[in-house]
Amino acid sequence: MKSSWRTVLGIVLVAVMLFPVYWMFNVSLTKTSDMRADPPHWFPWDPTFEGYTAALGQQLPALATSLFIGLGTVALTLVVSLPAGYALAKLRPLGARGIDFLLLVAQMIPAVVMAMGFYAIYIRLGMLNTVAGLIVADSTLAVPFGVLLFRAFMASIPGELMAAAQIDGASTWRTFRSIILPLSRNSVITVSLFAFLWAWSDFIFASTLNRNSDVIPITLGIFRYIGNNTTQWNSIMATAVIASIPAAFLLVLAQRYIAAGVTAGAVKD
Amino acid sequence: MTSVRTRPATVRRAAHQAPRRRSPRWTALAFLTPLVLYLIAFYAYPLYRNIDLSVHDYTPRAFVQGDPEFTGLDNYVNILSDDTFLRALSNTALFTLGSIAVQYALGLALAVFFHRHFRLSVALRAMFLVPWLLPLIVSASTWSWMLNSENGIVNAALQAFGIGQINWLTSPDTSLLAVTIANIWLGIPFNLVILYAGLQTISADLYEAAGLDGANAWQRFWRITFPLLRPVSAITLLLGLIYTLKVVDIIWIMTKGGPADASTTLAIWSYREAFGTGQPDFSPAAAVGNLLILIAFAAGLVHVRLQRREERG
Repeated sequence: MKSSWRTVLGIVLVAVMLFPVYWMFNVSLTKTSDMRADPPHWFPWDPTFEGYTAALGQQLPALATSLFIGLGTVALTLVVSLPAGYALAKLRPLGARGIDFLLLVAQMIPAVVMAMGFYAIYIRLGMLNTVAGLIVADSTLAVPFGVLLFRAFMASIPGELMAAAQIDGASTWRTFRSIILPLSRNSVITVSLFAFLWAWSDFIFASTLNRNSDVIPITLGIFRYIGNNTTQWNSIMATAVIASIPAAFLLVLAQRYIAAGVTAGAVKD
Repeated sequence: MTSVRTRPATVRRAAHQAPRRRSPRWTALAFLTPLVLYLIAFYAYPLYRNIDLSVHDYTPRAFVQGDPEFTGLDNYVNILSDDTFLRALSNTALFTLGSIAVQYALGLALAVFFHRHFRLSVALRAMFLVPWLLPLIVSASTWSWMLNSENGIVNAALQAFGIGQINWLTSPDTSLLAVTIANIWLGIPFNLVILYAGLQTISADLYEAAGLDGANAWQRFWRITFPLLRPVSAITLLLGLIYTLKVVDIIWIMTKGGPADASTTLAIWSYREAFGTGQPDFSPAAAVGNLLILIAFAAGLVHVRLQRREERG
């Protein structure tokens, strides 16, 4: 029974920590006329869905764009990082240490610097304000992480499995496709989830490379919302709630993959 | 030269008797090629373009026509002597160090708290990840509304304690503090998860032995947990430093670096010059960005060194 006070304290701490998230919900259900009530309403006693109606009416295209960009980013990230992770983990390529170092350095480059570089390149190629351009830029957030995670995971696959396949006459590509990839399912899920979430949440690339586009992701949709009508906070918060759905989904259904992702690369086991 | 280079290959082939059709090194290279091309096209080239921007005078017109004037290090001299520079540098230091110190302290306290298993501990710990998973625009706009001067919940709560209205985001005295608080909130989950994983590596026997010797909880923390956690702590703080230096979203969405330059960090300054005004000024923005890279790399080198030392023993 000694530990029940810990549970109580834990619940209180979570309540404090997640208060902003509760507040987002609360405001999203508040009537526009109650928005400036003093003191603010702590509970949505008299909830309204006008915020959600407005959000869905205006932001549905942006949500679809974000979904598409997220999936594109996942695909590009996997295509680049899966074979590279395999090579670094199992094939002992020349210059592996150099690539390790480059990946580490790549993660340190501020996004604003990357955005300027991409802007300068895209303006010449005519790729500003394109979805493809945004997918490429967003993938830079996930590729170094993907390679490092795949390498760490694939290094733990026993070499005997590969040797057996090779004795049976399988090529390296065949070994990769039929043995390594199926065994790496969990790490593929982890990398895909993070690549999707980062692309979905991206604001810097969207606000720089896509700022004059008609086809905008949801982050930019919310940002323009804030700029346009500062009185409609219930609509803004309703959009924010909808934009948080992927995060909620991850937390409920894919929690163990998240913990695997956060600790990867930071703590050695 | 040629003979020296070919000899090991010949020897190896002789030793294997049956040469493979393709050398494994070439296969490895084939698997690495997408990544290498990717790094060159989407990391090296943007970085090169960024350096190129910083040593030319890129006006919007020069951007389109591709004929900017070469100015050498003028842009760097200009930003270093700009009034905004010292302000941005000290704001960056306050924002970064303030954020990581508090994030670390709270993250560690929570990690120690959750280290003991109790009913619901796993589920409650998972709830702490929420701020980290939310899109930054969501968190930043929520905090903006909570900190709103007239209608924000924070001021309403403070009023109950007799504290008058604080203009969190619009007063030069508090805007940096406001964005730092929001950023601390965002960073706690990361610190909690890594430090919690670090705690798992400390053997329970040590605590048991200390308990037998009559050490109380406070002594156990300072004599066992804290010293043994030092390598993990160092990496957590350094990664926090590198991430926090880069932060743009949260500050830009909440205050746009204002009022005046009150919450302008180096990253915000760079973003504002390039994209934040109607008049894009890419060359000084790129110079500020490159300066930021240098600071991040310095921190990164320390990180690599620490990790190497940890690997060795």
